Amino acid sequence: MIRPNRRNRSRPLDGLPKERTGIPGFDEITLGGLPAGRPTLVCGSAGAGKTLFAMEFLVRGATLYNQPGVFISFEESDEELSTNVASLGFDLNQLVADKKLVLDYVFIERSEIEETGEYDLEGLFLRLGHAIDSIGAKRIVLDTLEALFSALPNEAIIRAELRRLFRWLKERGVTALITCERGNGRLTRYGLEEYVADCVILLDNRVENQISTRRMRIVKYRGTSHGTNEYPFLIDDKGFSVVPITSLGLAHKAPTEHISSGITRLDTMLDNNGFYRGSSVLVSGTAGTGKSTIGAHFIEAACMRGERALFFAFEESQDQIIRNMRSVGMDLEKFVKKGLLKFQNARPSTWGLEAHLAMIHKAISEFSPSVVVVDPITNFLSVGERVETKSMLTRLIDLLKSRQTTAMFTSLTSGGHDMEDSEIEVSSLMDAWLLVKNIEYNGERNRGLYVLKARGIAHSNQVREFLLTDGGIQLIDAYVGSEGVLMGSARSSQLAREKAAEVDRKLVMERKQRELRRKQELYEAQLVALKGQYEIERDAILRDLDEEKQRQQVIAAQRLEIARLRQADNGEVQLEGNGARKSRKGTAR
Amino acid sequence: MKTTPRKKLRRPSNGHPPQSEADGARWNLRLYVAGQTPRSLTAFKNLKEICEEYLKGQYHIEVIDLMENPTLARGDQILAIPTLVRKLPQPIRKIIGDLSNTERVLVGLDIQPRSN
Repeated sequence: MIRPNRRNRSRPLDGLPKERTGIPGFDEITLGGLPAGRPTLVCGSAGAGKTLFAMEFLVRGATLYNQPGVFISFEESDEELSTNVASLGFDLNQLVADKKLVLDYVFIERSEIEETGEYDLEGLFLRLGHAIDSIGAKRIVLDTLEALFSALPNEAIIRAELRRLFRWLKERGVTALITCERGNGRLTRYGLEEYVADCVILLDNRVENQISTRRMRIVKYRGTSHGTNEYPFLIDDKGFSVVPITSLGLAHKAPTEHISSGITRLDTMLDNNGFYRGSSVLVSGTAGTGKSTIGAHFIEAACMRGERALFFAFEESQDQIIRNMRSVGMDLEKFVKKGLLKFQNARPSTWGLEAHLAMIHKAISEFSPSVVVVDPITNFLSVGERVETKSMLTRLIDLLKSRQTTAMFTSLTSGGHDMEDSEIEVSSLMDAWLLVKNIEYNGERNRGLYVLKARGIAHSNQVREFLLTDGGIQLIDAYVGSEGVLMGSARSSQLAREKAAEVDRKLVMERKQRELRRKQELYEAQLVALKGQYEIERDAILRDLDEEKQRQQVIAAQRLEIARLRQADNGEVQLEGNGARKSRKGTAR
Repeated sequence: MKTTPRKKLRRPSNGHPPQSEADGARWNLRLYVAGQTPRSLTAFKNLKEICEEYLKGQYHIEVIDLMENPTLARGDQILAIPTLVRKLPQPIRKIIGDLSNTERVLVGLDIQPRSN
């Protein structure tokens, strides 16, 4: 009897011991894995991935949790199995050599068998028991047990033995996985769900609009809560992965850090800061307006900061994007080489919406980028309905926000519609919305960009003309003046006209200034002349005055002399003041 | 398992002429059992009777107890117990059950019933 190994079992709150499968995502939706020591039924139609799921359960158990496993195959030989799963990176032969895995191919050829009387399936039990004991297996897979029904004629015996088998498996305490073909209108073709009542997993591969999407659902899981939705899952080169992407709600954190859009003038329009980290940005516009280039700028800026960026391109190949961006002066290739930038290119019609979401989720989890560009989201409409697409994008945005990944989505707006009518009605989910518009005027089309909304950012409300130059996107102020809003050649010709007028005005001003200078010089010269004249005249007057003074003195002297000569009286002399004494001596007049 | 049911079960066949024991026997039959269950014993008894009646002197029976050698179940792809495997003559045929239906055993072993 093999004792269940408690250490490797997760014990969730609800008490049921569970065994981790190690399959990414699956342990989350089952809150811990498969019921430990009990059988689980995996059903699904052909090609749903049952065998792979079961094999990965064993391989992960052996490699991650040190739990040896037994794979009893009723359909494929050991070699076939090894070859089939080698493409997923599972080396079964090595595991077998390490005694971590036993492969047992149970093959029954109906035509060789004749039935005569009573029998039981003790042979099978012995084989299972031996296989389990030989490596101390904790896990066992019975890959399509229902093959027994077609191999052996007596159904009553098989049913009795199956009931015994499940009891026996429980007694041995091995965690068993039994795969089953899906039957018409029921989970399994032979009603095995009646025997395995603990946990039933349904794998589904549905085709809608010619696109298949793999989905998984936990139909039943006795004694524990579990995710009840249909979850998309992927089978790729790394195996199975379930993507439990449901809407995560609105509990995400809102960082206050800003990150640059990669276009300086655009950052200026966004309050000199750029976008908030972890926000979702929608860039919408008609065809050929440069949406992808804006996305590439955003990516380039992130890579320049040394952050990782992921580019989901649904229209162009990696090479094509790199080449096109080189024409506007961006070298994205060097970032790819540095490992900072990764492209994920796929046609939207390659997978269904859910598978796309799962692929995106997987790529994001693996690469953990800080910036993501999805170009364009409108292409998903070719895969899914409008409502489905919106739901998928909501979940994608929630996922990105919960990881605080800044995302830029481009959206192609078809002509003839209102530009602000976002095609997938996701604008309400977005934190910022840039609209790129072709403005047709004067026989030419010019690109105009404006920030339609930017939550929490005091953004510019002006239209900028944007040019794709050798140095990337350049935002230029559109001409706003007496002639209205002008762009392109109209703007440049208007600017030229304005420049000419300005030159003219400048010339006039210069001329006037020269004139002023001349006048000043003239007047100054005149001033000098006048001053000279004045001085001449002043000198003449002064000279006259002087002469007159001297003459008067002479006259006075003469008068005194005469007075003296006349011997004029004192009174006359006294009247003369100063000359009184003289007049006493001199003569009166 | 302490006893050796293989020998025990085989004891009746020991009384047969040596050529039936030899590898050169035309009919080489192998009976897989799991312990000495009543069903196994019944099967052996039935087999023995059929062989004695239809293949006297030209058969060889080997009884394999899977309880002792579970690895041997893999070789002949044994699920059901008891299983009789006709190793020779070729091709391999398998008959499952306690061999209580003689007619079907004969069909299974491809033995022409003796005409009365």
